[in-house]
Amino acid sequence: MKTLTCDILVVGGGPGGSMAAKFCAQGGLDTLMIEKKAEIGAPLRCAEGVSKKWLDEVGIKPDPAWIRANMKGAIIKSPDGTSFQLDESKAGAEVGYVLERHLFDKALARDAVEAGARVMLRTSATDVIRENGKIVGVKAVEMGDPIEIRCKCIVGADGYESQIGRWAGIDTNLKLNDIDSCLQYRMVNAEIAPDYCEFVIGDSVAPGGYLWIFPKGNGTANVGIGIIGTKAKNGAAKKYLDRFIANDKRFAHSQPLEIMGGFVSTCPGLDCAVADNIILVGDAARVIDPITGGGICHACRTGMYAGKVLTECAKTGDFSKKALMPYEKMWRDRMEDKLYRNWYAKERLATLDDDTINKLVELISTADIKEVNVYNLLKVVKEKFPKVVEGFEDLI
Amino acid sequence: MIVDQSKCLHCGGCVGSCPQNAIFLNDCVLEFSNKCNRCGRCVKLCPVAALELEAKS
Repeated sequence: MKTLTCDILVVGGGPGGSMAAKFCAQGGLDTLMIEKKAEIGAPLRCAEGVSKKWLDEVGIKPDPAWIRANMKGAIIKSPDGTSFQLDESKAGAEVGYVLERHLFDKALARDAVEAGARVMLRTSATDVIRENGKIVGVKAVEMGDPIEIRCKCIVGADGYESQIGRWAGIDTNLKLNDIDSCLQYRMVNAEIAPDYCEFVIGDSVAPGGYLWIFPKGNGTANVGIGIIGTKAKNGAAKKYLDRFIANDKRFAHSQPLEIMGGFVSTCPGLDCAVADNIILVGDAARVIDPITGGGICHACRTGMYAGKVLTECAKTGDFSKKALMPYEKMWRDRMEDKLYRNWYAKERLATLDDDTINKLVELISTADIKEVNVYNLLKVVKEKFPKVVEGFEDLI
Repeated sequence: MIVDQSKCLHCGGCVGSCPQNAIFLNDCVLEFSNKCNRCGRCVKLCPVAALELEAKS
């Protein structure tokens, strides 16, 4: 059987994997990134909306090559049609670009390659290899042939499936209420605002989640839905989404050119994302924002942190859990508070009926909010409807 | 587990949601291992209702 060796094996070629690979390679480590699909960045499993602020933080320069549309703001709608429009001046932190993910992901992977990382496509990890209890690599299948890849440390960047972590003994299991079942169409010929991302909330529209319309120019949009696991059954995501599209006049002459499924975790992150000789990043570490379902920025951040910490670890050759703990501290310091706050908010949102959500959207649409983000919205809600934020008011 | 191949979108959602880690997505093929304890979570969550529990033999 073919055996490959490297310092760092990155499993998964999404944004988290590519960022980790780039920073490992920049640190002088022999880095191999494997991707089980035939192409980096495809097929799409994403609504493609991102905010702008974080790109600078992780050293990614906005590039028109992968920005499909520049948003002026966002619209939040309740079931009775009450809508709240956020303009860019107020919504700077939470809206931004709609991406072309297949190009964005390839740009990040190219950065990793330029830094010196190797990439193997159609290479699927099937288990971790242990020797004397210690993780020393993975078993994989490359273009149909079984191979072994030996490494000093694994970066689990295998996305929502998050199997590498589980094979390695990290508990990445989710509670049903921390899972969102999602479905999305790429719709064309829709009569939608070209530069506003729309979010529709409400128990009758998208139980425990939301429905989104993210424009991609020329009447094209990603139109999708996420439904909380506890309220999903019998293909609920498709039923709710189809009903919405059928009843919304803007889609009267619109047709889908693509359908895609995909799940997001809505928990506040793993209890611990490292173990001896393994580190998890991005969706695999369950660091998706529980309210927005956005995972790209967290994946890029955790990927970068992982690369930096692994570069330090390589200096002593110690990739034990203890040596990897600075990674744990970095991501927690940066995002744990927000993950918890938004997790509480998500849990509460899932309990609200349509009437309450109608009132909430009306309230925030009339409130004077300087900069609109989840935090400031919750602050307004706390003032007027303290019951809604009961139990997590200390985080607001 | 019965997978309706004409519905499955190969999104991998069931894989990451399985408490037993009993599902593996190999490109366009879902494989269920004998770790599956028929909890039915994947059936409940599938966005397009592509999964069905097999009747116990």
